Amino acid sequence: MDAFIQYTAQGLAAGGFYALAALGLAVIFGALNVVNFAHGAFYMLGAVLTAVLLDVAGINFWVALVLVPVILFGFGIIIERLLVQWLLGLDNLYSFLLTFGISLVLVDVIKIRYGVSGLPYGQPPGLEGLIRIGAVQLPVYQVFVFVFSVLVCLGVWLLLAKTRVGVIVRAATEEPERARALGINVGLWVTPVFGFGVALAGIAGVLAAPFRAITATMGSSFIIILFAIVVIGGLGSILGSVVAGFLVGLVEAYGQGYASTFSQIIIFVLMAVVILVRPAGLFGRKESA
Amino acid sequence: MTTSPSSAVRTFPLAPTPRSRWRVARLIMWPTIAFVALLVLPWVVYPPIAMDIAAWALFAMSIDLLLGFGGVLSFGHAAYWGSSAYLTGWVAVNTGVPFPVAILIGALGAMVLAVPIGMLSVRRSGIYFAMVTLAFGQMIYFIANQLSVITGGENGLQGVPKTFFGIEAVEKESFFFYYAAIPIVVLGALAAWRIVHSPFGRVLSGIRDNPERVRALGYDVERYKLIAFVLSAGLAGLAGGVYAVSHGFVSLQEVDWTTSGKVVLMTVLGGIGTLWGGPIGAAIIVLLEDYLASAGFEGIGIVTGLIFIVCVVLFRKGILGTILAFVDRARTGGRGMPRFGRADRLAAPDSVTATNTAHDEEGNHAPR
Amino acid sequence: MHPDDTSAAGDVILHAKGLTKTFRDFTAVDAVDLSVKRGTIHALVGPNGAGKTTLFNLLSGFLKPSGGTITFDGRDITGMQPENIAHLGIARSFQITSLFEKLTALQHLELALGSPTGVGFQFWRSEKRLARFRDRAMDLLDQVGMASLADREVGHFAYGQKRAVELALALALDPQLLLLDEPTAGMGIEDVERTIELVDRISAGRTVVFVDHNMHVVGTLADRVTVLQQGAILVEGSYDEVRNDEKVITAYLGQANV
Repeated sequence: MDAFIQYTAQGLAAGGFYALAALGLAVIFGALNVVNFAHGAFYMLGAVLTAVLLDVAGINFWVALVLVPVILFGFGIIIERLLVQWLLGLDNLYSFLLTFGISLVLVDVIKIRYGVSGLPYGQPPGLEGLIRIGAVQLPVYQVFVFVFSVLVCLGVWLLLAKTRVGVIVRAATEEPERARALGINVGLWVTPVFGFGVALAGIAGVLAAPFRAITATMGSSFIIILFAIVVIGGLGSILGSVVAGFLVGLVEAYGQGYASTFSQIIIFVLMAVVILVRPAGLFGRKESA
Repeated sequence: MTTSPSSAVRTFPLAPTPRSRWRVARLIMWPTIAFVALLVLPWVVYPPIAMDIAAWALFAMSIDLLLGFGGVLSFGHAAYWGSSAYLTGWVAVNTGVPFPVAILIGALGAMVLAVPIGMLSVRRSGIYFAMVTLAFGQMIYFIANQLSVITGGENGLQGVPKTFFGIEAVEKESFFFYYAAIPIVVLGALAAWRIVHSPFGRVLSGIRDNPERVRALGYDVERYKLIAFVLSAGLAGLAGGVYAVSHGFVSLQEVDWTTSGKVVLMTVLGGIGTLWGGPIGAAIIVLLEDYLASAGFEGIGIVTGLIFIVCVVLFRKGILGTILAFVDRARTGGRGMPRFGRADRLAAPDSVTATNTAHDEEGNHAPR
Repeated sequence: MHPDDTSAAGDVILHAKGLTKTFRDFTAVDAVDLSVKRGTIHALVGPNGAGKTTLFNLLSGFLKPSGGTITFDGRDITGMQPENIAHLGIARSFQITSLFEKLTALQHLELALGSPTGVGFQFWRSEKRLARFRDRAMDLLDQVGMASLADREVGHFAYGQKRAVELALALALDPQLLLLDEPTAGMGIEDVERTIELVDRISAGRTVVFVDHNMHVVGTLADRVTVLQQGAILVEGSYDEVRNDEKVITAYLGQANV
């Protein structure tokens, strides 16, 4: 039972990164109709930046948690203005390929600069050690990651539900036809939304820094799992990507705990089952045959 | 309207027009050019590199069969290239059959693997198809990693022999091996060409341009896509088998998703929907990577990534697509339709039903 | 419209009962009961957003109904796949011209004629194989007055010519029931007249259901008219009955053409 709770905590913490990043992916897709292949690379940049800021400027985790998303927001805006915007009117396979190219470049730039062995990063101040919950002890950091990512997701949800911009973006994400029929123009918000989505990947990266090996390639398998997540949850659904993010985090953790040989395969089996049973994803809509 | 329906006159312009004669010429021209190029290749470049080019060329054609003619992007084709490479290698090591037989078995294995994955993947279209195939490709990677009895896991499958009826020149020297193996690649390329120019290819192109229209004509679109997927996997498998035998070992790299990305790059660079563009892209990328590696440059991804970016932003027709468009323009004197506009319109047909019904099929909504 | 039509005229070939389609909180088609008699031309009219195209998509299998049943020729086709419905004898055209720009008119017809034969699965044969449909294809193109342009790519065609090829495509399936989604949409007056003549001609021995905004077209062609409003049937009757119905006049108040 103790093990089970520990795996659950681990899964919920990992699910936190997934949920945040998947949320960013979904919002970008909604506003731009772009599936951002570079999302994994942005997540990696978030983690690398966190480590480098500490190493070079002594900037600690808590400051990085604010600073890194801001930097990535700016970076996302540059990428959108420089490259992505030229492909918005075309088949989204092109922006998919473009962002794939971007991720290749980013990964190898980091690889050349910082090598392939992981960058070191310790436990953030104030989050070391174990916390006692009932009969079990859990790493404080995992509990923090879970709580924090849930809070961020809630915050994003509030932003989307309560602000005018948010309502526009949410309408575009979840009901593109309706949004257009109502004459909602997302145009003005496209660039900041892209930056915002990238920033969410960046937050996931900061959270991952003390928890995962920080390497240039850490985003590569991450992005594939993100794709599996949005297929499971339904890319057009904000709630779906968050729920599927936590779900996959849990499945992965239980897999590692109880069936380590198959742990990585289980996620894809889950995806296969969802495609069979609900092709549009758990929370997606598919009205046509 | 030049003729009104009521005054219709039955005319049969059966004589070949200049246009169709040109079409025949072009139909034969590209296979011929490709064939000649393949024959002289090992005289120009180091034979093992020539073999790599040939294998990747066929691999790229298998992608274009799906992307250029079926309108769906498989981003997980390393699964078929790689699984065939492993199976080919394993058969060659353990049975001692001549390598072409091993390669055929490998390709068949890849096709068998493509059936269940294809059945699941064709349930989604557009960008989802790319994501789903990528994810399943990654699953195959993990399975290959676990199945170390056959694949050797991290160490790879070593010592794949080039068994060929005891002919030592082929078994020992890469130059002669090239000529023994090239018929397999040529047959694969001809098969791709045949598929594209078959009744099946006609239906497939229709599905690419407008799946709903083809369904309304009574065609089972998903089944056609599945068959195309399995055939494409078979071609990728042939290519992967040749690659495995040529290198003499198979590593996890062959099922890695970067391999899937690389072959897509070759196809885009050569020109989507041109079929013979993929081999051009393959030659360029293989030679470039070989040059960069021998020059000791670490960041190959930076170069290939930049090529990808430039290609997609500025050069979507690819090399052969651009040449064909140029030739066409010269021929029609600037009039007429752009021939390979299809690359820019890949998704346009999806909006046919999406615009007049209030549903969101596959999230392929038109951008702002 | 076709007094010469005797083929079991009078019985119902298409029957929709309680047909409903909802998208989340929006009901596009609301409990529609529709009966189409064999051998007639039946028009669906109504303001934009009345649910006409959604109804078409339900009847041809492109959308799954949320409720209700569809019976075609005594057979329940509710929820069947579009390709299977096509094989049963319901052909449809699309509101937006949806041809393959790079194919000739003849190649289009070959594609349609090949559909029931399974020739499309032959990936190992030359596409010349499709030439055996040539005679029937030319016949069909002749019916719509396009025989002289059979070997030209449809990308070069004028709008009216494309619509004619669309009709030939639908006819190639030798359908008992033709569903035509706005056959005259976006046409000039001349093309409209030609299309009326064409639809009239090809409807011989068939049942036609069509949607159109042009009341002249509806008035000339339709034996029976169903008026839809907000997804539900407002009125049904002959063109004259419908035109003078008070509810219809109210619904269309402020709209042109009636």
